[in-house]
Amino acid sequence: MAKNTYNNQPGKSPAGLPPGETWGEWFDRHARTFFIAPAVVLILIFAIFPTFYSIVFALSRVKFTPNGLQFRFVWFQNFQKQFTGAEQVHFLGKLDGMGAFGWIFFLATTALAIWWFARSFGRTSWVGLVGRFISMAGFIGVSLLLSATLLSGSSWGTLLTTLFYVVIGCLLQFVIGTGLAFLCSQPISGKNFFRVVFFIPLMITPLGVGYAFKMILDVTKGPFQPFLEWVGLGSWAWSADVWAARWFVVGGDSWQWIPFIFIVMLAALENVPKDHVEAAQVDGASSVQIFREIIWPQVVPVAATVILIRMIEAFKIVDLPNIMTGGGPGIATESISLQSMFLWRANDYGQSAAVAYLLLLLTVVLCASFFNYVVLRQLRKVHA
Amino acid sequence: MKKLLVGALAATTALCGSVGLASAGEYDGVTINILTRPGPVIAGRIKDRGAEFEKATGAKIVVNEVPFAEIFQKIQTDWTTGTNSIDVGVFAAGWGVELDAAGLLEDMDPYIAKDTKLDPADIAPYFREFGQKIGGKTKMLMLDGDFQMVYYRTDILAKNNLQPPKTWEDYVAVAAAINGQDMNGDGQADYGSCIFKKRNAQSYFAIQTVAASFVQTKGTAQGFHFDNATMNPIVNNEAWKKAFELYKETGKYGPPEELNHDIGDTRAVVKAGRCGLTIDWGDPGPLQIEADAGAIKGKLYALAAVGTKEVLDRATGKLVPVSAETAPYAIDGVNYAPFAAFGGWAGAINAKADAKKKQASYDFLSYMNQAAQSNVDVTLGWTGYNAYRLSQLTNLEPWEKAGFPKELAENYLGAINGALNNPNMASDFKIPGAQSYSGIVLDRELARYLAGEITVDEALKNIEDGWNEITDDFGRDNQIAAQGLALGASQ
Repeated sequence: MAKNTYNNQPGKSPAGLPPGETWGEWFDRHARTFFIAPAVVLILIFAIFPTFYSIVFALSRVKFTPNGLQFRFVWFQNFQKQFTGAEQVHFLGKLDGMGAFGWIFFLATTALAIWWFARSFGRTSWVGLVGRFISMAGFIGVSLLLSATLLSGSSWGTLLTTLFYVVIGCLLQFVIGTGLAFLCSQPISGKNFFRVVFFIPLMITPLGVGYAFKMILDVTKGPFQPFLEWVGLGSWAWSADVWAARWFVVGGDSWQWIPFIFIVMLAALENVPKDHVEAAQVDGASSVQIFREIIWPQVVPVAATVILIRMIEAFKIVDLPNIMTGGGPGIATESISLQSMFLWRANDYGQSAAVAYLLLLLTVVLCASFFNYVVLRQLRKVHA
Repeated sequence: MKKLLVGALAATTALCGSVGLASAGEYDGVTINILTRPGPVIAGRIKDRGAEFEKATGAKIVVNEVPFAEIFQKIQTDWTTGTNSIDVGVFAAGWGVELDAAGLLEDMDPYIAKDTKLDPADIAPYFREFGQKIGGKTKMLMLDGDFQMVYYRTDILAKNNLQPPKTWEDYVAVAAAINGQDMNGDGQADYGSCIFKKRNAQSYFAIQTVAASFVQTKGTAQGFHFDNATMNPIVNNEAWKKAFELYKETGKYGPPEELNHDIGDTRAVVKAGRCGLTIDWGDPGPLQIEADAGAIKGKLYALAAVGTKEVLDRATGKLVPVSAETAPYAIDGVNYAPFAAFGGWAGAINAKADAKKKQASYDFLSYMNQAAQSNVDVTLGWTGYNAYRLSQLTNLEPWEKAGFPKELAENYLGAINGALNNPNMASDFKIPGAQSYSGIVLDRELARYLAGEITVDEALKNIEDGWNEITDDFGRDNQIAAQGLALGASQ
């Protein structure tokens, strides 16, 4: 007689298993673990381990010897160099003292930040207070840098250049991307064609975008050369002008990433219930009122989220400034990622890792602040 | 047609040269991985010669190309971490010291002793003793000889009744005088001076070409970067300041995008006939006889060096007039210090490669270095190889065969010989950290000064601090010893 494998009667379990349980049942019960385990192991090996191992690099001076890499533990010297050592001007900028305008701006923004923090007492948990304190300290730090460099007539370093790419770039991309999405969500002819066209730049590698922009913007052989000559700018070179170079890098980055904002915002706009809009129209609301009161509140959680994602990505900008300007003129277009890459290329692994950690810290503080104070607030409003 | 003839000549010479190689099929199944810079320059000729070598010996030559700024890092990482995917590195001769200090370079002397085709005596003494050797042992074989020279357009200067510049002040004056003139007949205003000034490219070599004659006065062994006894940088002084200021001033008479031009961009503008003056290695000599350089063919003459009438007093950090005491090698009151920038492309063998690969690698490098091959390669502008053998520097015939007008060939070889034979020739960095001293610190601070981000005084102070930091990282005493060895070996 064949053994009944579907017998539900309790029997003797194999060794090591709970009473009444077969191996098959045990595997079923732990299926989730087994399915997730390979991914967890891979992440541990390829993401978590290198992250922690790079701390060893960040705290060491690394030398090449016949027997491989030799580590000399230097504590936080690689970090200290960026703030008070030889790399200070590179990372933070030229801190030659503050002008009157710098002081006014710094004191005003600091007072604002302290007031914002003070009013949090009693409104949030102690964990929230710690988070807000970190946000406030970060904000005051950036304000101090801005006041001592840009607002006092000195050049700034890679930290503020990176923030320039992140803040200005994301703002520009969000405004244009959302505008285009709004246009394409309207009943206009050929909108499907425009949807495809607007999406194309996202599919091009950043390296390709960098080279394309470099060639297009070449002032001696590029397609705009006759126009520049005609308007009397024949001897002007954007790549030799600090601010023009930064804006052109932001331009190239925006050209590539506006489609990302566009496609996400288009999906959000098309999900706004039509009956809400039609009801408002019947009530006589103007287009501006409909957008402000009906559409915007429904898409703002998506907008906040897409900005957050874009910001995280923007902190890592490296290809465009590397290809278009090589970080120049001077270090005007050099981002923190590019600084880290140049250090790595010079085999200065310790400093390269330290700079990368500083970028990680900056990204975490800014993005976590944005998530807590903007994204979560919008999501709470929706769920309220 | 000329290219075809040159190609046929090259192939014929190659076949002749291959007679002296290891016997056919000896290296069947052996693959030699070579790492060097990308593009036809340098890498292109290695591939061509590699195909010939494979045909003759069976060894397969694979050329791996990486961006210029990553060559050293890739080789150092590959060879120190035990990856050893690269058998031969082709890089700046000056970079070899740091690799050798870590025991990574194969000693080639035993191979040379058995090599009947190399003829080391024909390699110019500077390249043989300074470029190829570290601590008295041959650790590299030259494929190229490098000096930075100043080039001028004979037709443009003659048209303006101007003499070629003798000093850097003259250089700026000539550039100012001819700037804005149409130099290639296209009706457009062209440039008085073109120099590659892009960051992370080759600008840090050009500034040293300008600075060398202000700083070095008492022969090659004196050097112009450090006080050799203490390794304290001699960069924060009036001499380097003057060099920085003059270098920046040349930009007023250059292409508007000069700050974003690397050597390729600059050569393109020079070949198009749009520059009156330029600083470059030996390449523009043969490049001007290529088909696409019609605007400058036979018109771009070379100067071994441009000098100065004031030099550095190392005790005070001030500039003082040239005299028999302050600059004993000066000629007619002008101190010259031709700069052996980069040191030339050289091939080095991974000491950890297996014995057969090492022998095959050496045979290939020797094949490229031998006169039969290199005497052709150096006459072709696109290869990136410049003369380094005496037979290349004294015999006009290969140059005329390659298409050089006789006068141009005489001028070109005369300039290189003038640089090579100058007792005050300035050496590039040849100590551990060479790439960091120049390619990182000097390059970055120079770029920031050129962009107007910092003043010249700030730039020089930052360089001084940065160089001291690197010296301390490698150990000051070790660096003092390495510097003594590097500059002493060249005497």
